[in-house]
Amino acid sequence: MISPLPWIVLLLPLISAFIIILATRSLPISSAFVSVAAVLGSFAGSCVLFFQQTNSAPSISWIDLGPIFSVPLSLTLDPLSRSMLIMVTGVGAVIHIYSLGYMQSDDGKSRYFAGLSLFMFAMIGIVLANNFVMMFIFWELVGFSSYLLIGHWFERAAAAEAAKKAFITNRVGDFGFMLGILMVWTATGSLVFADTAAAMAKFTGHPGFLTAAALLVFCGAVGKSAQFPLHVWLPDAMEGPTPVSALIHAATMVAAGVYMLVRVGFLVGASPDALIVIAWIGTITAVLAALVAMQQNDIKRILAYSTLSQLGYMVMAVGLASGEAAMFHLFTHAAFKALLFLGAGSIIFTLHHEQNIWRMGGLWKRLPVTCLTFLVGTLALIGFPGLSGFFSKDAILVLAYEHSAPIFVLAAFTALLTAFYMTRLFVVVFLGNERSEDARHGRESPAVMSIPLLILSIPAALGGFSFFAGRFLILPNEQQVVATVPIIAVVAMLGGVIAAILLYRGKTNEPLDLALFRNRFYIDEFYTFLIDWTQGLLASISAFVDRWILDGAAVRGASGATWGTGFLLRLLQVGNLQAYGFLFGLGIIGLIYFTVFH
Amino acid sequence: MLLFIVFAPLITALFVLLGAPARMTALLGSVATTVVTLIAFFRYDIAQGGFQFVSAWPISEGWRLQFLLGADGLSLVMLFLAALVLLCAVWFTPPVEKSERLFYACLLFIASGAIGAFASLDLFFFYAFHELALIPTFLLIGIWGSGNRFAAAWKVTIYLALGSFVLLLGLILLYRSVPADLRSFDLRQLQAVAASGGISAHAQNQIFFLLLIGFGVLVSLFPFHTWAPEAYASAPAPAAMLHAGVLKKFGLYGLLRIGLPLLPEGARHWSWLLILLLLGNIIYVGLVTLAQKRLDWMLGYSSVMHMGYIFLGIASANLLGTSGAALLMFAHGLSIALLFALAGEIRRRTGTLVLSDLGGLGKIMPFAGFAFGIATFATIGLPGFANFAGEVLIFFGAFKTGADWRGFHIFQIATLLALWGVVISAVYMLRAYRSIFMGESAARWRALPDLSRTLRLPVVLLVTTTLIVGFFPNTALRVLRPTFSRPVAAK
Repeated sequence: MISPLPWIVLLLPLISAFIIILATRSLPISSAFVSVAAVLGSFAGSCVLFFQQTNSAPSISWIDLGPIFSVPLSLTLDPLSRSMLIMVTGVGAVIHIYSLGYMQSDDGKSRYFAGLSLFMFAMIGIVLANNFVMMFIFWELVGFSSYLLIGHWFERAAAAEAAKKAFITNRVGDFGFMLGILMVWTATGSLVFADTAAAMAKFTGHPGFLTAAALLVFCGAVGKSAQFPLHVWLPDAMEGPTPVSALIHAATMVAAGVYMLVRVGFLVGASPDALIVIAWIGTITAVLAALVAMQQNDIKRILAYSTLSQLGYMVMAVGLASGEAAMFHLFTHAAFKALLFLGAGSIIFTLHHEQNIWRMGGLWKRLPVTCLTFLVGTLALIGFPGLSGFFSKDAILVLAYEHSAPIFVLAAFTALLTAFYMTRLFVVVFLGNERSEDARHGRESPAVMSIPLLILSIPAALGGFSFFAGRFLILPNEQQVVATVPIIAVVAMLGGVIAAILLYRGKTNEPLDLALFRNRFYIDEFYTFLIDWTQGLLASISAFVDRWILDGAAVRGASGATWGTGFLLRLLQVGNLQAYGFLFGLGIIGLIYFTVFH
Repeated sequence: MLLFIVFAPLITALFVLLGAPARMTALLGSVATTVVTLIAFFRYDIAQGGFQFVSAWPISEGWRLQFLLGADGLSLVMLFLAALVLLCAVWFTPPVEKSERLFYACLLFIASGAIGAFASLDLFFFYAFHELALIPTFLLIGIWGSGNRFAAAWKVTIYLALGSFVLLLGLILLYRSVPADLRSFDLRQLQAVAASGGISAHAQNQIFFLLLIGFGVLVSLFPFHTWAPEAYASAPAPAAMLHAGVLKKFGLYGLLRIGLPLLPEGARHWSWLLILLLLGNIIYVGLVTLAQKRLDWMLGYSSVMHMGYIFLGIASANLLGTSGAALLMFAHGLSIALLFALAGEIRRRTGTLVLSDLGGLGKIMPFAGFAFGIATFATIGLPGFANFAGEVLIFFGAFKTGADWRGFHIFQIATLLALWGVVISAVYMLRAYRSIFMGESAARWRALPDLSRTLRLPVVLLVTTTLIVGFFPNTALRVLRPTFSRPVAAK
């Protein structure tokens, strides 16, 4: 049935953003409520769409240049987008409500909620986009709202730099993405996903072209989902307010890359070479991030690297040709990672913005609700049997086991590391004794922040069971490869947990010194070096050439030459009558010669 | 109606010079012009297409020269741009100490030159109207400019005059390349002759080369671009707005109006050269922009860089590329005008445009920060703004040209490099924004006033226009389509 409801779901947050910018900028509490109302409205609409199984909506033309080229704004409503819509608006709504508490005394509250609404609009647009250009439009808009929100406290240099870094890194990914879109369009003649999928036969005989196009489109995901080598923006993005980190940099925006890959699965799936590259990039990201997370001391950074690592798992699943497994993990991860970030926010809020885990400790008795829900989130993340993460991670490990031994080994190793660094986090933050004044003053957060934690712990705990997940997703094939894989997974998990407990119980500072991991493999430093010595050097050289050679030599040279010629010619104007007479005579002789003899 | 649009700024300028209250008269004249252009835009009959609102005053039968005005979709879009930017430039003019009347008159003369050129269907007046704008530019930079203003004024005037001279040569050759009995300055007549093959391929190659260089100099095509940054840095903000936003588009308009339709063979012949040069604009000048430490120089170079994209659309010579070029011309005019306007306001308050001296102005001047942020993201092609719509069409149009399975050829490589330019422009614009508006603010800036209430209106006008065309590009595209649907160079 055709229904305008999808458009309402999409546009409510945009209208909210406009209302805040135009009308309620100086009324922060009103802005907050407009924003929350909009997202709740979108969530309600998403639920209706889901249960009514609505599958089409009216379409608008964005660019219409006839049969040669037209870009419609059409909304895709299939089971995948309906489920994703519920997740995005649901988690979004919970985090909006949480923000009411977290940002209550912030000066830029109106600006914050306008940014949040703009983000919801853009993210819903990505979920509902039915063609490449439309998705690209919302893709960039999501990057823009991320810039606004990371840079919310823009007077801080670190936040300003982080926002810039995030946008530019994403732009690099978008460069590849757009190039891939151009290639796909040139080959198939269509931009709409469904039409392009049907036209894949046009690629036969040109595997190189297809692989290049697939990998370039994947570039967009590398940027948006912070895969290696474009992962560097995500940890810095932690400069933004914690609810932003929860919503954008854990549950939704970074997941958009994975969602996009599943949407264009017909493209990447058609190229085995592309799939291999994708799988390995996911694996490398997963391992790299987990190693770095082991040695971080800022609670948000640990969670950020954990996000990178789990995104790596999802991309790995895409590369192992199972969009179902990737989406399963995307959903469970959204729930438990948002939960963990909001829990961290709870701690940061009450500890006066302390983020160093070595200045926390003993918080289990002071923030019991936070501690309990954080425990649920942690257990889900490390794959404790029965919780959501166990099932979704298991699905990916099974895939790896079936397809590629090295990837499976690395994936299992990452699971061990994940258990290790999360247990380290839990032990250091919640157990033991308080290690600072701020910790001693810790109190449980107000209800407006604790209730979202409780709400999110339900899908984090139960989301893996097929009665729940099966309603929303096509679950990956349940064929088990004996019990080998789950057993290995649990053993790896237990190994990590025990090692962390032994190492960190009762400690007051970091016993392990692994500089390579702590310094994030020096990748950021390498990039700075690279950029300074290529782009920076080229820019300086070009500027020099422009100022001194093109402008200096050519332009001023030309004017100098003209001036010089004029000077020389002036010498002819000697003012001497005999000289003029002589030249006159010469001229006459020359004229006679040329007219008579030529 | 076109008569009013063309002569309103001229007559307003005369009134101003004769003693009417300068600012008020100029504002009224600009508002009137803008309103009438908008009316003309909506009254254009898309189904009929072609040149409408035609009015003709014969001047010479022997040469077939007339004062001929007419507009199609492309002209109307450019006319609206010129009128709107004139209005904003006049509005943003700060109190002028010396010869206020002459200042406003110069602005109005520049605008009438551009408007006359966009509305002329006669080659002679097309060229003449543009020349009208050269001297007021010289005066504006030389008298009211800053920095190295005398040198800048001389340089830009002579450089552009030389470019116009090459252009004139090309136009004369064009006139003479048509068989004598069919010769005319009337563009429609020339179009008919060209369509029936009346201009030989050899002649087309020669003429198009001259037009390319001539128009190119006027649009700061690499390597003829070095006049631009210094001119814009030295010019007073309203002059920079008008020049970078409107007058520079004259050359691009000329290529779209005369070059491509009349000389398709020539255009195809020289497309490789155009691509090489436009890549110089995008990549080389893009890099130069990165190295700039002052906002005004950065904006000047950035406007040179973005011309590369429009040239790419022109080079592709197909419906997508040329429509995108026209759209981007419009969009860029709006965004660069806003950027120069705000830069002027910043300089008035702080006395400096050195990026490292400024900082933290976002907290102190929130509206200015908001406006500059919008202009920044429009310039770097964020979807939602008109610039993105234009760029996307250009990329698709250019990439498709000559595309085949065997690999990337010149157009595909050019598109790839142009796409990389999108990253470069993000780097320098965001870096500038961060340096000026974010971070800690120095104590001396703490008391600066934000943009005055009256100045918020032109900002809103510019932003709203670019948002409307960005959200609904079809509003502009439906009017542009008849112009570019006629097979331009059938690729």
